[in-house]
Amino acid sequence: MEEKQSKFHGLLFLFFFVFGMIASVWIVLRNGWWLPELASDRETIDRIFITIFIIAGILFVISELVLSYFIFRYSGQPGKKAFYLPGTTRKEILWSILPGTLVVIILEISAEFLGGASLWGKIHGEIPKDAFLVEITGEQFAWSLRYPGPDGKFGRTDPSLISYDNPLGIDISDEAAKDDIVFPAGQGIMYLPLDHPVVLLIRSKDVIHSPFLPNFRVKQDAVPGMTTRTWFVPKKEGEFELACAELCGLGHYRMKLPVVVKPMEEVKQWLSEQTPAGDIYY
Amino acid sequence: MKKLISIVLLFSFISFAFAQNATVKGVVKFSGEAPKPRLISMKADRQCDAIHGGKQVQAEDVVVNQNGTLKWVFVYVKEGVKGKYNPPSEPVVLDQQGCWYHPHVFGIMVGQKLEVRNSDPLLHNIHATPKKNKPFNIGQPVKGMKSYHTFDTPEIMVPFKCDVHPWMSAYAGVLDHPFYSVTNDKGEFEIKNLPPGTYTIEAWHERLGTQTQTVTVKAGEVKTIEFTFERKK
Amino acid sequence: MAIHTEHTEVAHKQSFITKYIFSTDHKTIARQYLITGIFWGVVGMILSWLMRLQLAYPNQPMPILEKILGKWAEGGILKPEFYVALITMHGTIMVFFLLTAGLSGTFSNYLIPLQIGARDMAFPVLNMLSYWVFFAASVVMLASFFIQTGPAAVGWTFYPPLSALKNSIPGADLGATLWLISMALFIVSSLLGALNYITTTLNFRTKGMSMGRLPITVWGMFVTAILGLLSFPVLLAGAVMLIFDREFGTSFFVPSGLVLGGQPVPHEGGNPILWQHLFWFLGHPEVYIVAIPAFSLVGEILATNARKPLFAYKVSVGAIIGIGALSMIVWGHHMYVSGMNPVLGEVFVITTLAISFPTAILVFNYLVTIWRGNLRFTPAMLFALGFLGLFIPGALTGAFLATAPVDIQLHDTYFVVAHFHFTMATSAAFGMFAGVYHWFPKMFGRMMNDKLGKLHFWGSFIGVYLIFFPMFFQGIAGVPRRYYAFTEYNFTSQFLGLNKFITIAAFVAGAAQLLFLFNFFWSIFKGKKADKNPWKATTLEWQTDSPPPHGNWGPETPVVYRGPYEYSVPGAEEDYIPQTVPVKVETK
Ligand code: HEM
Ligand SMILES: [Cu+2]
Ligand SMILES: [Cu+2]
Ligand SMILES: [Cu+2]
Repeated sequence: MEEKQSKFHGLLFLFFFVFGMIASVWIVLRNGWWLPELASDRETIDRIFITIFIIAGILFVISELVLSYFIFRYSGQPGKKAFYLPGTTRKEILWSILPGTLVVIILEISAEFLGGASLWGKIHGEIPKDAFLVEITGEQFAWSLRYPGPDGKFGRTDPSLISYDNPLGIDISDEAAKDDIVFPAGQGIMYLPLDHPVVLLIRSKDVIHSPFLPNFRVKQDAVPGMTTRTWFVPKKEGEFELACAELCGLGHYRMKLPVVVKPMEEVKQWLSEQTPAGDIYY
Repeated sequence: MKKLISIVLLFSFISFAFAQNATVKGVVKFSGEAPKPRLISMKADRQCDAIHGGKQVQAEDVVVNQNGTLKWVFVYVKEGVKGKYNPPSEPVVLDQQGCWYHPHVFGIMVGQKLEVRNSDPLLHNIHATPKKNKPFNIGQPVKGMKSYHTFDTPEIMVPFKCDVHPWMSAYAGVLDHPFYSVTNDKGEFEIKNLPPGTYTIEAWHERLGTQTQTVTVKAGEVKTIEFTFERKK
Repeated sequence: MAIHTEHTEVAHKQSFITKYIFSTDHKTIARQYLITGIFWGVVGMILSWLMRLQLAYPNQPMPILEKILGKWAEGGILKPEFYVALITMHGTIMVFFLLTAGLSGTFSNYLIPLQIGARDMAFPVLNMLSYWVFFAASVVMLASFFIQTGPAAVGWTFYPPLSALKNSIPGADLGATLWLISMALFIVSSLLGALNYITTTLNFRTKGMSMGRLPITVWGMFVTAILGLLSFPVLLAGAVMLIFDREFGTSFFVPSGLVLGGQPVPHEGGNPILWQHLFWFLGHPEVYIVAIPAFSLVGEILATNARKPLFAYKVSVGAIIGIGALSMIVWGHHMYVSGMNPVLGEVFVITTLAISFPTAILVFNYLVTIWRGNLRFTPAMLFALGFLGLFIPGALTGAFLATAPVDIQLHDTYFVVAHFHFTMATSAAFGMFAGVYHWFPKMFGRMMNDKLGKLHFWGSFIGVYLIFFPMFFQGIAGVPRRYYAFTEYNFTSQFLGLNKFITIAAFVAGAAQLLFLFNFFWSIFKGKKADKNPWKATTLEWQTDSPPPHGNWGPETPVVYRGPYEYSVPGAEEDYIPQTVPVKVETK
């Protein structure tokens, strides 16, 4: 090393991270930038999220500060030699492997033992028997809705029956279809009952979409050619937003649906006021 | 330039006055019980809904007028036109207002400009799915946007749809001559300036199909014809 | 780049064409890759500015846009269909053209033969072909900007049916076809390259250059090449299948019974999720095809400028191999909410968390490498340090996304955008910048300007943090990615102000890149002449001329006596001992 190396870079690193971290915390707190208000039973997701956030946050602060400190502290000086540490002894190798192991163990714990695996199993496992069913079908760039009616069963559909009058291709000859309540794309709002399990049956008519309910911690792709499913329990009354989370074309950013959560009786009342499919024009 | 225009105007006036072109007009009737008007709820798009004050809007796929006639029937000369006709220079305007197309059915000439306007402060996309012409799909996210398009080939009919508001639909009849008309809210149509001759006239309705008639007109004649559509069961 | 010292040339006459254009010399090919890569980097950056402008000022007419973009910005309003084209082309260009071809192509070609003491690649003609096929891919990709329906607009992940149905968006028409053709060419080029890198590394090492003495860069490029060879063919197969679906009516990816824009779609029996498996089987290793070369360049530069041996060299090499191997079995973590079998989801959680193990080792080893070093702050060193500073938040936020239930909330949001820009996008770009600053003297025989380089670093480093760090919070609040505007939802419109801030930061960071461009091209012609070994480094390339002659070495290829990082060896006179110095000379 011929020249003394400036401390400037180390200082700037330190300053940048220390100042940046403080400023970030302040700005985030001030603006309340956080997960949207939780309105479903999926609080486990929040719990895991917060746990990882804390762990990752600590690791972030430590490693960036260590990095910055090293840069500041070990800036080169003429005539000095670095500490020769090739890391070939058994002890050193162990040292190099230890932190990685720790990281994995911490992550594993937070992911698996905070209920992540069991929540995953629950979401994809059996659905409760008396659940409230809604079928949501995406198309460029709006959502159709269907409720099964009093019989609790959806009628058969067949894509070859899709027409102007019958946007979902419902086979009206099927008994179960006659009482279905259908809202063609863009013409209905989703009503969900409070404190009652809700099953979303998710379909698509054209490309992949993905109904995303930020407040409910729900997202599941709508894949053409199949019906995907997810379930949850709405826990808050009010109106929420459903957005499309999978790129589906030029209107992707605006493929929205209002979602209204009300007590079960009101939702039932509202449903009973709707015209069933059999009475319309099929 | 002004001179040129006035000469052209004069010339066309003279030729109009002396050639004594014919007119075919009439009404399109609807027989049978009128279907219940279908109502569109725009609830899911709060902006559209607000423009209509939360009220539902009547669909325009089958509109039976008070006098028992049909609106939005495209009546045009299908066969028999001879000669070449140049498209007018003023564009046809398709306006999107209140999450609705205005007009619902219109004619346009090959090579004539179509101006699509967005008078709503929200996204519409104009998705045309012709079979003979090139399909197109244009997004208009902002109020006041205008897009232009021309068609190369005659085609009956070119459907337009807004994918953001799937109920929005319009139809364009693309022709290489100017002899077409769309029925109004009295069910009337009128095709003017037809040279004398024998023509096949077709009436097209998006839900009820087509009907044709053959007419022969003499110079200066005004011929009245009538179509009647029935609801297909 | 007309500086090429001739004096040691091993009797070899070349015309201008064979020397600079259709050259088989790995050093020229490397420079061709570099310049093409820089070109694409500029294009990708300009596209990102356009996106940022739109996000900062939605619904506000900007007449200048109409001047530049014509009908894509009628009335100064950027069209939503063009925004989708922008993200698609930006992603594709940055990932494949800049950080795969530009990064691997440049440094594999340049460093492998030089650092292992070979005279050229194993198959020089194939190598030239590889570049020219890449060039053809570039021409096709560039051409797609100028066609009527515009460039591909279905996301760089090209998910069908959006990408399979030509009517789904204007950019799914001819633009998507050109994209697929260009990518097919690109893959062929990568495979030719990879074959060469692997064969050369295995067979052309000079005397004494055992695998255990290879610089970490060569290890990185070698593992990358193997990864490419294993995964790229799968994407090629997928691309060919997609071309068939689009052009010849097959239905690999399109199910029956679809209705698009009110019109029935004549396909039957395909499965859209199949594409996602094929794509991510490449796509995830691709992330490491980008990251590993950057990692390895950074390792080399850290050791050289810390004047310290790379800590636990063998473990680090093992970690790189481990990352490479594991990267082949984690692709499903992109598909937790895709409708894939949920049991698979749990498997992929475990494999994904496993990959953080070698990654954490590598970062730790790098940190220890600078601990108690004697750091020298060249621009290359700053970028290498900056790489670590960027990679750390990227890697840590991977833990959120790896955990399937949390990913339900964060998938396809700006959290992901921030995450991958830190882990693979900007950090790899930093790795590449570090490499360019470090090897520029060797490549062009001249030095780059030091002050401008440092300014470039600080502009970029601070800029990148200001751009992407806030995006984590946009994602946490739920803002989905690939959104043309944040104006439509309550939970997105709270960020309209923040978006302006991010856009300003993007332009500041962009301005810093102009410093680099100027520095780079100016220095090629006007830079200070470089010595053989300006950084006092140990590896072989620094023991020959700058730039090395055709054939790299004089009449004899060098002989290697020691490992690659003998820095600050106690008792030695200098603080570095080149690999070519016989062991007995060492005063022990
Ligand atoms: C200063 C530099 C950069 C800026 C300002 C920038 C900005 C952006 C923006 C605004 C998006 C679109 C986000 C969205 O709408 O969802 C994006 C997407 C993306 N960027 Fe960058 N970016 C930069 C550098 C890079 C680099 C170096 C890479 C290299 C890998 C990269 C890779 C990507 C990819 C893969 C996507 C996703 C594309 C897609 O969703 O299909 N970016 N970037
Ligand atoms: Cu969608
Ligand atoms: Cu979408
Ligand atoms: Cu619309």
